[in-house]
Amino acid sequence: MTSEAASIGLTHGGSEDTGLGHRGPESKSIVVPYGFWLFVLSDMVLFSALFATYATLTHATDGGPTALELFSRKLVAVETIALLMSSFVCGLAIITAKRSNMLWTQVWLLLTGLLGAVFLFIELYEFGSMIAEGAGPQRSAFLSAFFTLVGCHGAHVTAGLLWLGTMMAQIWAKGFKQHILRRLLCFSIFWHALDIIWVAIFTIVYLIGTLP
Amino acid sequence: MTLFGRLTWGSIPFNEPIPLITSLVMMLAIAAIAFWVWRKGWWPYLWSEYITSPDHKRIGVMYIVLGLLMFVRGFADAIMMRAQQSLAIGASQGYLPPEHYNQIFSAHGTIMIFFVAMPLVIGFMNFVVPLQLGVRDVAFPTMNNVSFWLTASGALLVNLSLFLGEFARTGWLAFPPLSEKAFSPGVGVDYYLVALQISGVGTVLTGVNFVTTILKIRAPGMSYLRMPVFCWTALASNLLIIAAFPVLTVSLALLMLDRYLGFHFFTNDGGGNSMLYMNLIWVWGHPEVYILVLPAFGIYSEVAATFSGKPLFGYRSMVFATLFICIVSFCVWLHHFFTMGAGANVNAVFGIASMIIGIPTGVKIYNWLFTMYGGRLRFNVPVYYLIGFMLLFVGGGLTGVLLAIPPVDFITHNTLFLVAHFHHVIIPGVVFAIFAGYHYWFPKAFGFTLDERLGKAVFWCWFIGFNLAFMPLYVLGFWGGTRRLQHISDPSWAPWLHVAFLGAAIIGLGLALTVVQLLYSIKTRDRRMDVTGDPWDGRTLEWLTLSPPPHYNFAVLPDVHGEEAYWTRKQTAIKQDQLIKEPDYQPIEMPVNTPTGVIVAFFASVCGFAIIWYIWWLAILGLIGAFAIFVWYAWRDEHEHIIPVEEVRANARERRRIRMEHLHQLSQSV
Repeated sequence: MTSEAASIGLTHGGSEDTGLGHRGPESKSIVVPYGFWLFVLSDMVLFSALFATYATLTHATDGGPTALELFSRKLVAVETIALLMSSFVCGLAIITAKRSNMLWTQVWLLLTGLLGAVFLFIELYEFGSMIAEGAGPQRSAFLSAFFTLVGCHGAHVTAGLLWLGTMMAQIWAKGFKQHILRRLLCFSIFWHALDIIWVAIFTIVYLIGTLP
Repeated sequence: MTLFGRLTWGSIPFNEPIPLITSLVMMLAIAAIAFWVWRKGWWPYLWSEYITSPDHKRIGVMYIVLGLLMFVRGFADAIMMRAQQSLAIGASQGYLPPEHYNQIFSAHGTIMIFFVAMPLVIGFMNFVVPLQLGVRDVAFPTMNNVSFWLTASGALLVNLSLFLGEFARTGWLAFPPLSEKAFSPGVGVDYYLVALQISGVGTVLTGVNFVTTILKIRAPGMSYLRMPVFCWTALASNLLIIAAFPVLTVSLALLMLDRYLGFHFFTNDGGGNSMLYMNLIWVWGHPEVYILVLPAFGIYSEVAATFSGKPLFGYRSMVFATLFICIVSFCVWLHHFFTMGAGANVNAVFGIASMIIGIPTGVKIYNWLFTMYGGRLRFNVPVYYLIGFMLLFVGGGLTGVLLAIPPVDFITHNTLFLVAHFHHVIIPGVVFAIFAGYHYWFPKAFGFTLDERLGKAVFWCWFIGFNLAFMPLYVLGFWGGTRRLQHISDPSWAPWLHVAFLGAAIIGLGLALTVVQLLYSIKTRDRRMDVTGDPWDGRTLEWLTLSPPPHYNFAVLPDVHGEEAYWTRKQTAIKQDQLIKEPDYQPIEMPVNTPTGVIVAFFASVCGFAIIWYIWWLAILGLIGAFAIFVWYAWRDEHEHIIPVEEVRANARERRRIRMEHLHQLSQSV
């Protein structure tokens, strides 16, 4: 299984590079995901700056609504389930892609996208109802920080959906070529990374925010 | 809402002759050069060999050209400021009104850091790192081209502000609340924010690219502790880019949200907190200092070892010091604003951390000194810069330690003392290194060396000019002179300011001589051809291949044994009076050219311009265009082209023939 996956570039192939560098330049199936991991790390740093901003401004409500008054755990629970399911299904898509199964790959990818869209829809609904209540981002520094942190994650999900749609079209048009599978692997890294960030948002913003 | 947002005829500064004439002259010059290139029939060459090239050497050269051009712009701002301050004393108001003067000091800092120092340092990393690692290109060659063009796009927008609208008047880091919409309603701050966001994307991609390259793409046998020190410093610098630049993106994005959508991150009302911006931007800003200076230290290390004819003293301590700086650079940011009032304990922690980070730098200075000690030093131009750097930089470092003492900083905060200090570290630290690297690697890029006599004249202009321009600012700073003054009310400062102007003028002479040196060196290049590819008796792998190297750098990836890969190989060859056995040549796969980078940057510029001027339809169009070109690129089927084995073999044999001749001469002289 591992060797099969490695041969089509779907795993990191368990790089044996110990830093002694006897092997010379690594193959693309190692270099591409490695570079993408570094990009994801830089994205994590970006989010950590937004988390720090949120933590600093969380009590700067300027007399406006507070976290406790605004957030509902129920809605966020549904949102979270949709996003985590989406990642799970994305994993299924990778497994079927490994076996070059076009139909099921497309089905799972479509489902990944739909679940992502459900997440995004709930988020937009939450944003819309908050703005309607007069708790928009212009109300206070706390709300500016909330909309930016959660909205930035939402923007990443949106970009991910755009990427996903492009990938589906590309797999359909070109089949399971090596470089396309590498891209699919990068997409799945991205999609899982967004989950990790969401878990942090869920905890820091919603769970801690709704502690009585 | 009109079709062109807030862009009107009034945006062109018809009533301000200085920016109007400057921008017209600049546009004429660009048009004239474009016409001249067309007349010479060089556009197809430029298009295929530079603009669309994924070759790291060509991209490196483009970065360096961009950096040097922007240097001229940044220097023009500098000399205008010096002129204003030496004129506007007492009763005189000088020739620059405050709103224009403020734009000039803001543009000077922004351009010098983001569009001079960064492109030059990244340019050297591009040119040198793959060659030193003994490989054919970086990990992601096309992305490398995209990075360059995004940087160029940012530079374009900053310069466009000269002709359309205005530039920021808020200093090089645009501190709120002054940079908020309420106090800076014009397009200046928006130019600043958008230009830096676009070039910042390019820089992050560069960081990803180079860390991947250095950690994953090295010649066989090139273990971590065999890499040249320049590669180590490039690694540290790019790790810092990955960890620090996203924070810059966030700080600028939050300020944009405040300005464009009425958010309250840093405003005076709504619970905003402007000190949050200071913390965020300096969490990027302090590592940025090391992003620039670490590769510069790498250049000095290469120069010291090569021209002393000795291995670098304390290689491992150099690596350790570099990585120590890389980590601790994230623990000192608060020393930029001790006056915030975080309390004595917080200030003490950051003050001590700031002093500690001086220790590894001291280690490096001793290593360079001991490298020179007992060596057979050759006094070529790069060595002048190396020695000049060590003499001056120690002084700049010491004033830094002074500033790291919070009580002292309370007195010198935002004074000319600070201005003198950071120029005292950046000019010898980074600019001198850039000039050293320029002389050192120029023959590798173009196949002939630069004129030494003119090069030394330029060095003396820098050395003398720097001291005259900045030592007076230390004095004025102690007298309480604050930075960024458009008018000086105390006439007793006049002599010091006149000396400072003289210093800037001498530096200007040095820049003019640099141009003369380049033209003269091109004209008389036949006298200084680098036939062997190893003009300085080098020690690292870039001197193994010809000058200029073929696209693929090495016909066969060199097999590395021990530190100083090339030196060992060369000494063995000299002793045995023969080259290593001819290897088995293979066809080489190289990435194909693509216009993706330049087209993406075009759309990014359009989109950025539209955002600055509130032309929303155009902004959306720009985004769609950028996405479309990416999809078009992702759809390509041809990724690489093959260089046939016959061509590789023919080139390699020619190189071996030249090397053999050279080798016989060397062996006989031993």
